[in-house]
Amino acid sequence: MDAFKKRVKELLAEKSVNLVIGYEEADDKSARALFMSAPGDADRLILDSRCVQNLALYLKKKEIRKLGKIAIVAPLHVVRSVLQMASENQIKEKEVILLSPAPDKTLQELADFKGMEGYVAQNPAALPEKDLETIRKLDAMTPSERFAFWRKEFAKCIKCYACRAACPMCFCGRCQVEYNQPQIVTVEATPLGNLEWHFMRAMHLAGRCVNCGECGRSCPVGIPVHLLSFKTCLTVKESFDARAGMGAEMKSVMSNFRPEDKENFIK
Amino acid sequence: MSKKSIYRPYLMRIETVTEEAPLVKTLRLKFVNEEEGRAFTFHAGQFAEYCVFGEGECTFCIASSPTRKDYIECTFRETGKVTRALSMCGPGDIIGFRGPYGNRFPLDDWKGKNLLFITGGIALPPLRSVIWNCLDRRDEFGDITILYGARTVADLVYKNELNAWAARSDIKLILTVDPGGATPDWKGKIDLVPTVLGQAAPSSVNTIALLCGPPIMIKFTLPVLVQLGFANENIFTTLENRMKCGCGKCGRCNVGPLFVCKDGPVFTLKQLKDLPQEY
Amino acid sequence: MKIETRLLKKGSLEKLVLDLHTAGKRILAPIKNDGKADFAEITGLNQMTEDYIATARSAKSVVFPKAETLFEADVTRDNVALTDRDLDKLPDTILLGTRPCDAAGLESLGSIFLWDTVDDVYAARRKKATLISISCNQCDAKCFCTSVNGGPGGTAGSDILLTRMENGDFLAEIITEKGKALAEQYAPLFEPAPEINKEKHLAKVPVVFDVKELVKKIQSGFDSPAWMQQSLRCIGCGACAFVCPTCACFDIQDIRKGKHASRKRSWDSCGFSMFTLHASGHNPRTTQDSRWRQRVMHKFAYMPERQNTLGCTGCGRCGRSCSVDMNLKEHLIHLCKAL
Repeated sequence: MDAFKKRVKELLAEKSVNLVIGYEEADDKSARALFMSAPGDADRLILDSRCVQNLALYLKKKEIRKLGKIAIVAPLHVVRSVLQMASENQIKEKEVILLSPAPDKTLQELADFKGMEGYVAQNPAALPEKDLETIRKLDAMTPSERFAFWRKEFAKCIKCYACRAACPMCFCGRCQVEYNQPQIVTVEATPLGNLEWHFMRAMHLAGRCVNCGECGRSCPVGIPVHLLSFKTCLTVKESFDARAGMGAEMKSVMSNFRPEDKENFIK
Repeated sequence: MSKKSIYRPYLMRIETVTEEAPLVKTLRLKFVNEEEGRAFTFHAGQFAEYCVFGEGECTFCIASSPTRKDYIECTFRETGKVTRALSMCGPGDIIGFRGPYGNRFPLDDWKGKNLLFITGGIALPPLRSVIWNCLDRRDEFGDITILYGARTVADLVYKNELNAWAARSDIKLILTVDPGGATPDWKGKIDLVPTVLGQAAPSSVNTIALLCGPPIMIKFTLPVLVQLGFANENIFTTLENRMKCGCGKCGRCNVGPLFVCKDGPVFTLKQLKDLPQEY
Repeated sequence: MKIETRLLKKGSLEKLVLDLHTAGKRILAPIKNDGKADFAEITGLNQMTEDYIATARSAKSVVFPKAETLFEADVTRDNVALTDRDLDKLPDTILLGTRPCDAAGLESLGSIFLWDTVDDVYAARRKKATLISISCNQCDAKCFCTSVNGGPGGTAGSDILLTRMENGDFLAEIITEKGKALAEQYAPLFEPAPEINKEKHLAKVPVVFDVKELVKKIQSGFDSPAWMQQSLRCIGCGACAFVCPTCACFDIQDIRKGKHASRKRSWDSCGFSMFTLHASGHNPRTTQDSRWRQRVMHKFAYMPERQNTLGCTGCGRCGRSCSVDMNLKEHLIHLCKAL
């Protein structure tokens, strides 16, 4: 931890970066985002298993990007998000420095995309067992049982869009639901409209989601939204042997095709 | 008749559609229910929510004068979903009209005073309501001066009425278009509104200034008015903000503690100076 | 009306719920699902959980649902036929287990919806709602009702307030005429109350700021850099506004199915980037700090000035539901010092 604090202080003192985003302890002992602009701010920095928020989302905020070069204290899911955002032209080389924990908890500074790619290659990511268990249960259901499950969950949805706001990949300046010509999904929260919203979002994230689980964690009414994306990611891995957030080059399955792809309707 | 919901609009039949300028139309509306039409009153400066059922509502001022009881007029530019739907309506179609909302231009306070109207482009409609209202009560007011400009000649709205005003001896009408916006037969001025105002230099003595226009025009016109000696409480303008309910409930249109839909849209410069500049 | 006190034994509350259900009333009470308590319909007291500080969502859905129809229209070539909501068809609803902060929230909502032009849809729902609230014998770190003119035993907005005692019986305070009518209708269940020290059964919620001072500071704090500092981690979703018992901002949209149109109202939030976006593309609030400032000033500056009401009851839901810990209590304490 000290290495992290020391490096953050150095970066800010040297003005190599104008802002470092990390984690601090909140009143209730959970972790929350910390914005450090003076070296002294780094004394509040923490980095442990409580640090689950995907800080890459703050790269969506223009008032933060305007501050110039940024460093982020980045656990694995943040690194993957930054790479995925880079592959989609949201971040350029050298705009962001990542301070990540190596497997032995020491500081690994990732100053460019190559460094980040090396980091994700050596750190395997796995879906939490609890969620895999639920997915297995859902897979074992009949389609109508599964649909009934999701219909019941999404009836609770209040369309607060916390799931969208918490996700670094939902960076569209104007989301599809914010267009009214045409109005693809109804504005108000209705059972059918909620399903439409969530299924649309899951499809927009297929192959792009790094499985940080933030969408589910941020839901104020407890819908396990993240499971939809987890499942699509498992499907993408199985069908295309691809995962999001592994490199800075655009390779998302929904945005690319290879001549060897098995679908033959294009032939 | 059952109690009407505050969100329920009047049904209005479109009588005429006038193309004022590219993408700008005026609708003349009549109440489908004549009794409602007879009972309906409003004041110059107030606005309403106009809708195409199934598409949505949008907010425009009431552009006709309260002294003309037979009809309601609105003028709008096609900008989004609802204005597009309104643009596709024709004579005979029925739309919704919910209002009147907002405060008013305090015409009764201005008896005996001179009135100076300064406006540009599609900001003439709210002032047009006041202008016709004053012209219908002409004796109550002193000199009336109208300074109206647009980017090009084609963008001037109410072209027929401009001719009618020009022909009257009891109004001084100054028209202008931006440099590059004139046609070969244009007889008016060619300059920006603030500049023309400075040149015309109307007296501020016993005069109320009504200023409506795009933010950039207001920004550069206000200093000229102040320089001409107009006091802040004698400069009136209208604010626009995104609206939904029109009656102070949906929380969307506030500027500081005031709602544009309830405490406005008419404000004096003096009031605006006390508000946060968040509009 | 002078508050009267009664004793409602636990068994009597069970019977009351049963009797109300038999009488055809819709009873909403907190039930626990996956660790979160939320209002749902019950037919018996045993379905209700007692294990909650506050429900995840507020009770405002009863008077101001997340989506509702304002009216419907059928469009033909020559005519439009409008159909009003039949507000008489709204069900009589008993809200059981609202906390004092929920009930106070309804008062705050009323200061908007019943202000000036009375919102008939809201008024009808409010009239049909009876609140049998239960005061708080515990609180958590997010609660701050006592700092905003409320308290764990506050009676504002409730028709009957029950305070649970150690033996499971309740002190019942009959607060409004509506509450009185209900207590009289089920008189045998509401027994005479002995002297009971209500305070002893209430949670201790520490006061963390002087709200009068805070309102004054916020009213003159528009230009403070504190708003940017506080809002950096805000992600601009609507979670806080939607779970809040006092947030009343809404959107109006039309839905069309062929020739049939409905005008709908739904929850909206000043935290969304498009909340104030004009059709021209101009937006008075382009960054999250101006939207955060609007949220706090609306509740603590503008509403006190216009409606003479605070827009916050200290329920702490925003703090519990926010995934980035935009802890309003903490921010308000910070504003006391920063402004």
